[in-house]
Amino acid sequence: MSRRNDPIEALIELMARLPGLGPRSARRAVLYLIRKRAALLVPLAAAMQAVADSARPCLNCGNVGTSDICEICQSEARGNGLLCVVEDVADLWAMERSGVFRGRYHVLGGTLSALDGVGPDELRIPQLLSRIEAEGVSEVILALNATVDGQTTAHYIADQLEDRVALSSLAQGVPIGGELDYLDDGTITAALNARKRL
Amino acid sequence: MEWRDTGILLGTRKHGESGLILDVFTPGHGRHAGIVRGGASRRQAPMLQPGAQLDLAWRARLEDHMGTFTAEPQRARAAIAMSHRVTLAGLNAVTALLTFCLPEREPHPGLYRRTETLLDLLDQVTLWPLAYLRWELALLEEMGFGLDLSCCAVTGATEGLTHVSPKSGRAVTRAGAGAWADRLLPLPEVLLGHGAAEDAEIVQALGVTGHFLSHHLAASLGDRPLPAARAAFVERLDRQARR
Repeated sequence: MSRRNDPIEALIELMARLPGLGPRSARRAVLYLIRKRAALLVPLAAAMQAVADSARPCLNCGNVGTSDICEICQSEARGNGLLCVVEDVADLWAMERSGVFRGRYHVLGGTLSALDGVGPDELRIPQLLSRIEAEGVSEVILALNATVDGQTTAHYIADQLEDRVALSSLAQGVPIGGELDYLDDGTITAALNARKRL
Repeated sequence: MEWRDTGILLGTRKHGESGLILDVFTPGHGRHAGIVRGGASRRQAPMLQPGAQLDLAWRARLEDHMGTFTAEPQRARAAIAMSHRVTLAGLNAVTALLTFCLPEREPHPGLYRRTETLLDLLDQVTLWPLAYLRWELALLEEMGFGLDLSCCAVTGATEGLTHVSPKSGRAVTRAGAGAWADRLLPLPEVLLGHGAAEDAEIVQALGVTGHFLSHHLAASLGDRPLPAARAAFVERLDRQARR
């Protein structure tokens, strides 16, 4: 039997493709899993199989869940008229981690990019426009990255929604725990422009 | 192989998990690509935004290798551009057009200086559209499709210029245009350096430069369509002019 057909080698090869792992760290992880077969390897394999069988994008917001409509979209309590637009599912999960936002989300699936040829039709912008009226949205919060592509996308969406709904965006500036000495010029400029009266 | 230069960041692409391929415009080495290891990291990503002025050191074993960059920030411009819709759209148009039309590793020091000056004006929101129009004229000139608006191509007159020939790029007076007037492009006064340079007139002038960009420059580059970012900037400026 060749090494390629060896299931352990196959697992190492697959694990090495994960972000943050290389062949050496994948090999260590696989060895650890084999040693913890009952406590880790078997439940992990079962959990991965379950996710592989059930994970799918929410048809409404683009979040990843185990049903066609995710829990956030199903929750009536979160239908409070606030809709937070994010670039990616990872951004949605980051917002949820904070536990502060109690409205619904819309995942665009990327940003407009002149260099990569990503236009509005490649993103979930038409679905966003249709949700505004269908769900009685009163405010759209554009929580897009503070990058040139992210803000270009935010301005594009703002143009589409102007006069239809209240629009806001996340503030930009000094992060909590950040020291001015270590900030880049752009962040300091943005923070100064967005200063608030005490 | 090794060199050091200043440069304007035109764009980035991810390379592996944490690396970036930078596309920069430098005075001495033209448009040049290179890899920045760890460029997508939290520490480096904020400074590697399009429009940033960078101090660059490029190294490669052979001249034709892509090579690696060490990039130190000199001036960040993205935050200034992001503060206004027109300048953000303008920054996108500038970087997209340069990426579109400049060949790699061919120095264009004159165009570089014009581009650096234009980007340093990003905080002058009211002046910027006119500065952009002047830059587009310089871009056409540099690429070999400059407009000659000094005198009428038919009569030689220097006054009363009203049209531009869509083929030669030369100015024409109303009398010189004669029955051909409807086939010529209108010549807005702002292109002659006259008038109040209102946004609406600049949009009209960008229509003229746009014709030469798409019908002459783009045609010479394999008839590719102009970058959508330029059309988005013109549309944005038009929207502002209508308000």
